[in-house]
Amino acid sequence: MTIDLIAARGLVSCPAPVALDAVVQLGHGSGGKMSAALLRDRFLPHLGNPTLEQLGDAAILPAAGDWLAFSTDTFVVNPLEFPGGNIGSLAAHGTLNDLVMMGARPTALSAGFVLEEGLPLEVLDRVVAALGHSARAAGVMVATGDTKVVERGKADGMYLNTSGVGVVAPGFRPAPNRARAGDVVVISGPVGRHGIAILAARGAIAFEVDVVSDSAYLGPLVDRLRSSLGSDVHALRDPTRGGVASSLNEIAAASGVGIVLEEGAIPVPEAVAGACEMLGFDPLYVANEGVLVALVPGSRADDALMALREHRLGPEAAVIGRVVSDHPGLVVMKTGIGGTRIVDMLPGDQLPRIC
Amino acid sequence: MKYLNEYRDPEVARGLIEQIKREATRSWVLMEVCGGQTHTIVRQGLDEVLGGAVEMVHGPGCPVCVTPLEQIDRALALASRPDVIFTSFGDMLRVPGSDCDLHQIRARGGNVQIVYSPLDAVELARRTPDRQVVFFAVGFETTAPANAMAVWRARELGVTNFSILVSHVTVPPAMTAILESPDNRVQAFLAAGHVCTVMGWTEYEPIAARYRVPIVVTGFEPLDILEGMLLAVRQLESGRHEVENQYVRSVRRDGNQPAQDLVSRVFELVDRAWRGIGEIPRSGLGLRAEFADFDAERRFALEGIRTREPAECRAGDVLRGILKPMDCPAFGKACTPEHPLGAPMVSSEGACAAYFNYGRFRASISV
Repeated sequence: MTIDLIAARGLVSCPAPVALDAVVQLGHGSGGKMSAALLRDRFLPHLGNPTLEQLGDAAILPAAGDWLAFSTDTFVVNPLEFPGGNIGSLAAHGTLNDLVMMGARPTALSAGFVLEEGLPLEVLDRVVAALGHSARAAGVMVATGDTKVVERGKADGMYLNTSGVGVVAPGFRPAPNRARAGDVVVISGPVGRHGIAILAARGAIAFEVDVVSDSAYLGPLVDRLRSSLGSDVHALRDPTRGGVASSLNEIAAASGVGIVLEEGAIPVPEAVAGACEMLGFDPLYVANEGVLVALVPGSRADDALMALREHRLGPEAAVIGRVVSDHPGLVVMKTGIGGTRIVDMLPGDQLPRIC
Repeated sequence: MKYLNEYRDPEVARGLIEQIKREATRSWVLMEVCGGQTHTIVRQGLDEVLGGAVEMVHGPGCPVCVTPLEQIDRALALASRPDVIFTSFGDMLRVPGSDCDLHQIRARGGNVQIVYSPLDAVELARRTPDRQVVFFAVGFETTAPANAMAVWRARELGVTNFSILVSHVTVPPAMTAILESPDNRVQAFLAAGHVCTVMGWTEYEPIAARYRVPIVVTGFEPLDILEGMLLAVRQLESGRHEVENQYVRSVRRDGNQPAQDLVSRVFELVDRAWRGIGEIPRSGLGLRAEFADFDAERRFALEGIRTREPAECRAGDVLRGILKPMDCPAFGKACTPEHPLGAPMVSSEGACAAYFNYGRFRASISV
């Protein structure tokens, strides 16, 4: 039976070569190159405008003498509850963090729930409670919401969209295109905890992994950076999907600079490193939900570290690399033994290796 | 990480690098057999820091890369069937078949699932008795024991809706084929440590003797590989050709006997085509007759597979160590990780992917 015959019988078939990418694939949601291509080829041609084309974590809009930041994010995490949080706390932190990365003070969130028939109400209760708690802790209200219910089997229990608005603080406008040669890359904490915690909670890792998601509101860390460094904070990112590697690639491309990372300087928790080692993953591409990277002038590195380390989310803050004018758009790693390698964006998701 | 960081120590690495440079009186051509070793070399930039004391050519030891196109197309055909749940290691999902890959089959409604162990696929079959669960059993001697165990377990538990699509290969015949090739340049091998963990190294002794080639059983961390290189260079410099074991913390001469026993009870040696290399006699493992019920190729009628390999792809030359990935005309142009022409650009063990992901612009970087 050839593949063509299968097509004739109405089964799934290989697409014709000309239409290789004619359907959405999971890799389109990975935060890597496939995601970027989807955005570039399918969304921007129809929706493009100068605000959207910034592709920041949040849009910056003029409003009555102030600047508003506006952001939206949809959460499809499986399982709904995991060590360190649930989809409710994650949805609050995720959108709030996108706002603060643009230098905004969040004021309000919306929440749009797609609930699957059969979802235990006690799970819903815990999710909504976590959403409320996380918003209140950040000093933000959930100002509007919506609920839809779909048939069993259609929504992995629930999907949750949150949107948020905030007011941009004057004199503080970090942006992905403001990194300059001479800046250093500061990270606020150890990488890879959220992604590995989710994989472990999903049962995808056959061994015991002692990792808790880092999901957290990053506003307090940004406040400290703002009051200590002000406009010297050139770029801020929370490296969620696609990890630190993808965020830094985006900054390098947007700013037209190169970035050189020091392998030994990147804080990776033992358990994350171990799990990645077993799975053949690179922790630099694993999602974080409570870590930020800041690009600041080299002369302000110590101030940034001090500002971050004083807070409970930042004791392990570290300088992990520097910005150079060479190889614009490229992120490279200096390895422990003195070699170099490219840290590219991944095409799609990281795939576990064979042996 | 205990037992890992010790093998990545930069100070010790620098010492080994200096020693290799000191002892090599000419540039020796070494082949690391395993794709995992290739990735360590390129990822850490080992080739770069050795300053030409050794030239590394990359071997065929990437299970994804050498799985023949017909088997990929069979996998795609199986995964397309509505009665089948097709399970695989993640690496195989993006390997291009003649027309598409498993990701695309999944996007079009095929039930394709990544498993971390073939035993998970047996468990999935047990839980879903109304579907056929097929596992894509690829790899070298390293993965063969677990795959044999899966078949063994399925028979023990009476799981009749489980089968495997087999594409197992073994290392020694491939090394022999490389050494027999008229354009061979390889002067010594770093043998694949994990394969030898299972198999030991007795089967390499006749190869070392017959072809007068040093073979060093080598691990996967930077210090393992540097030490393996040093041992190989020392043999070459002193005119010896022995099998030596660098990977002493994992490999014994006789290997893992229970694992070998299980493999030989379930599998037997068969002729096998290697993608890009061609058929190598008695270089593969196939299910023995008494386990034929678990052979997906027999369970499902899969005749008439018509393959089509892209003409520009020179994966075979890369896998035999004749062509460096960056010297392939398609490298980084027609062939990228997003749109791979051949398997070596896909797999986490593929040489082309290693060069593209870690070293693509190394020549132009001054850090």
